[in-house]
Amino acid sequence: MTDLTRLTLAQARDGLKAKRFTSVELTQAHVDAVAKARSLNAYIVETPEKALDMAKASDAKLAKGEGGALEGLPLGIKDLYCTEGVQTTAASHILEGFVPQYESTVTTNLWRDGAVMLGKLNLDEFAMGSSNETSYFGPVVSPWRRKNSDAKIVPGGSSGGSSAAVAAHLCLGATATDTGGSIRQPAAFTGTVGIKPTYGRCSRWGIVAFASSLDQAGPIARTVRDAAIMLRSMAGHDLKDTTSVDAPVPDYEQAVGASVKGKVIGIPREYRLDGMSAEIAALWDQGVAWLKAAGAEIREISLPHTKHALPAYYIVAPAEASSNLARYDGIRYGLRKTGKDIVDLYEKTRAEGFGKEVRRRIMIGTYVLSAGYYDAYYLRAQKIRTLIKRDFDLAYASGVDAILTPATPSPAFAQGEKGSADPVEMYLNDVFTVTVNMAGLPGLVVPAGMSSDGLPLGLQLIGRPFEEETLFSLGEAIEQAAPKIVLPEPWWG
Amino acid sequence: MNTPAKHKLIAGATGDWEVVIGLEIHAQVTSKSKLFSGASTEFGGEPNTHVSLVDAAMPGMLPVINEECVKQAIRTGLALKAQINHRSVFDRKNYFYPDLPQGYQISQFKHPIVGEGEVLVDLSPTEQIKVGIERLHLEQDAGKSLHDLGANDSHVDLNRSGVALMEIVSKPDMRCADEAKAYVSKLRTILRYAGTCDGNMEQGSLRADVNVSVRKPGDPLGTRCEIKNVNSIRFIGQAIEVEARRQIGILEDGGKIDQETRLYDPAKSETRSMRSKEEAHDYRYFPDPDLLPLEFDGAYVDELAKGLPELPDEKKARFIAQYGLTPYDAGVLVLERAFGDYFEEAAKGRDSKLVANWVINELFGRLNKEGKGIEDSPVSAAQIGGIVDLISANTISGKIAKDLFEIVWSEGGDPAQIVEARGMKQVTDTGAIEAAVDDIIAKNPDKVEQAKAKPTMLGWFVGQVMKATGGKANPQAVNDLLKSKLGI
Repeated sequence: MTDLTRLTLAQARDGLKAKRFTSVELTQAHVDAVAKARSLNAYIVETPEKALDMAKASDAKLAKGEGGALEGLPLGIKDLYCTEGVQTTAASHILEGFVPQYESTVTTNLWRDGAVMLGKLNLDEFAMGSSNETSYFGPVVSPWRRKNSDAKIVPGGSSGGSSAAVAAHLCLGATATDTGGSIRQPAAFTGTVGIKPTYGRCSRWGIVAFASSLDQAGPIARTVRDAAIMLRSMAGHDLKDTTSVDAPVPDYEQAVGASVKGKVIGIPREYRLDGMSAEIAALWDQGVAWLKAAGAEIREISLPHTKHALPAYYIVAPAEASSNLARYDGIRYGLRKTGKDIVDLYEKTRAEGFGKEVRRRIMIGTYVLSAGYYDAYYLRAQKIRTLIKRDFDLAYASGVDAILTPATPSPAFAQGEKGSADPVEMYLNDVFTVTVNMAGLPGLVVPAGMSSDGLPLGLQLIGRPFEEETLFSLGEAIEQAAPKIVLPEPWWG
Repeated sequence: MNTPAKHKLIAGATGDWEVVIGLEIHAQVTSKSKLFSGASTEFGGEPNTHVSLVDAAMPGMLPVINEECVKQAIRTGLALKAQINHRSVFDRKNYFYPDLPQGYQISQFKHPIVGEGEVLVDLSPTEQIKVGIERLHLEQDAGKSLHDLGANDSHVDLNRSGVALMEIVSKPDMRCADEAKAYVSKLRTILRYAGTCDGNMEQGSLRADVNVSVRKPGDPLGTRCEIKNVNSIRFIGQAIEVEARRQIGILEDGGKIDQETRLYDPAKSETRSMRSKEEAHDYRYFPDPDLLPLEFDGAYVDELAKGLPELPDEKKARFIAQYGLTPYDAGVLVLERAFGDYFEEAAKGRDSKLVANWVINELFGRLNKEGKGIEDSPVSAAQIGGIVDLISANTISGKIAKDLFEIVWSEGGDPAQIVEARGMKQVTDTGAIEAAVDDIIAKNPDKVEQAKAKPTMLGWFVGQVMKATGGKANPQAVNDLLKSKLGI
């Protein structure tokens, strides 16, 4: 039998339906792969027994010709999703040992459709980071390496466990979340596909909150089709999240392979940054050429407020985070460090429980919401946000169907290479992705090429609200045109 | 603004002082479940038994607005004749405290659900003031910290955590403790009528933050202090008096008032500083990104307005017009919705003024004495009506009626049957009364002589006849007979 971990999610699904193998076999192959790949540190918690139990239950259904859209397919779950009876930490010391009594809506949807859980995936602490180096449980190592180098490459962040696990075939697909690029940047860094759907498309209930007005769940997978299949199961209205939207969930897979002829693709001139590397510029041009060849119409557009997006994002997101993370106080659950009085308990617990980057963002957020600074920072950032959204609205109103941009300003970097001296260096990773969160739009990243040092590069497609289908069609067109990205042979065991 | 009356001023060493009072009332919304979760709001549960995952602020939990609480806030706004804002926004008020699991209270800061309104407050049958309402907003209650369960540790009970409160902020329109007390009473009456808050201060359903400042009449407003969390109307009055005198003392000694938050200690009859303006929290308010702005249309409000009962001011006016009651009696009868209902049931087809007298003087007097509410009255409206019927028909005298009331109160039963069975009927048979009169006159010739010279002696004769007839003789008939026989 061929290695079942080499299958795409769609191939595995079809193989199970055709009874070429069982879910237990498929799951066992993944459980073994996960166990062998611990040096990547992609999983915080492995749940092999649970996985095999779920697989058995799926096999029983499949044998009867029953089962949901994801029946028997083993997935990894970002450890920001609360999972009933399985430790959920947000990769933070402050939640170490926390076992929820409840299951997030999105994972509930996945289990409803028959998916199998392999374990909980590593991430940047509280999803704050772009390299997975801020995790309390240690950095995730990308399965990718630069040509002729053993340097440990980062898988991106914050969904670095998800992107690494998908790229290294440690699951068929993974859940992820995206607040400023945390699905798309890791996907770009690992040669995988990631989609952040429209804000409100997936329920946030049961996902540890980072910045509520920006957070959105989405999948990382190895193909556009796989991402489409996963998103269909994850999405949906939820009465427990009043920001989730009551709109029907289309069968996204139908959009994969649909013609893109006549689609109007906007190319925003403001994304052509000063000092953009020739490699990224060439990749972008190549993407334009592929879409043109597929019948799309290319149009240059302007999104004039783009340059304000990153600073505004780094006000709004920390502001919300400073409040969202106030509940981790050592009183009811998670880490507690006793002190001489209640204030001392708070200070000791939070100083020890939160890592440096999380503490930094709480400080920034607290500062920008403080009396006397609120108007100058938070209120202005919200105004910029409105302007950014209007930029997109105007572009779409002029007939643009989707916008093509680079996903990241550079390929993946090595551990310790960025941000240790100046955090802003790390924040700049999000320059192409944060606008999408600020405007609440869907964004898809698809692998499109390789850097000169042998690392994958991605392109980003930004869509109209709730028109993820267009992105899947266009994404697949690029996927088809782009040279096939082949992961180096496993070096990790 | 209300003009200061002399008797409301406080005399100080340097002259009269005017007290300026504004109140923030925290009224617990009457609802089955909490403002943003499905947990029960029932009072008195075992600690931490009415707590949902949302109330405990577990990771990833999200608030969902309880529509009933929104309706209750709108009903209250309507009852306060206030502006209803069709769009309002929930904000987070951030601070750390163990009984605040989220680390923030969800409240409404910039855009409350209800804007300006007005409450008419009766100070006496002849004096009424208007107290302006600044705003009303919805917010979550906190849990309760318990510091006396263990020697070294504190405990937290989250049953109240997340219960809906309405914060009702008045304008600084009150000028003495009595006005503030009357305002709170009236507000409580209105809330109870609207069915939006039970007004139970012992259970903490209604608490007040009292803002007090003093000034010389005509001067601009002085610096205010806020006295937090006063939980009875009596204490509100006391706290104002004590705080006003404290401030006057400081000012007359040449000092100045520091704006601060204070606590009232009823045992020591003093207010104590809790935190100064410098120590005040920076709550870092910002719109709660988990909740969309709260929006509804005029039709929604109209529908709720239709469901509102007649409110106390309207009911009072109607009682005066329809039943010819005095403003005082009408005022008493609308203090609680159940009072008016009781009165109207008893007054149906009867002498309404007489019914009002009996309800207010006999029934309410007795209920008060026994510490009972009208719901627990052993005498029903029909029974009071029965007693009044017997008086109106001259079947019993007013004096006998009081005895009858006692019997009905303690033993129950139909008043007419009791009167019949126990022979309490008034004697209106003139023959029998005349015999008694003749007998008394015959036995007291000296008194008859005196009475002719001094007609006030009549009372003595009446008393004797009543005694002889066991109190059942019709007093009017006795009077008439005696007058004619004595020739006075």
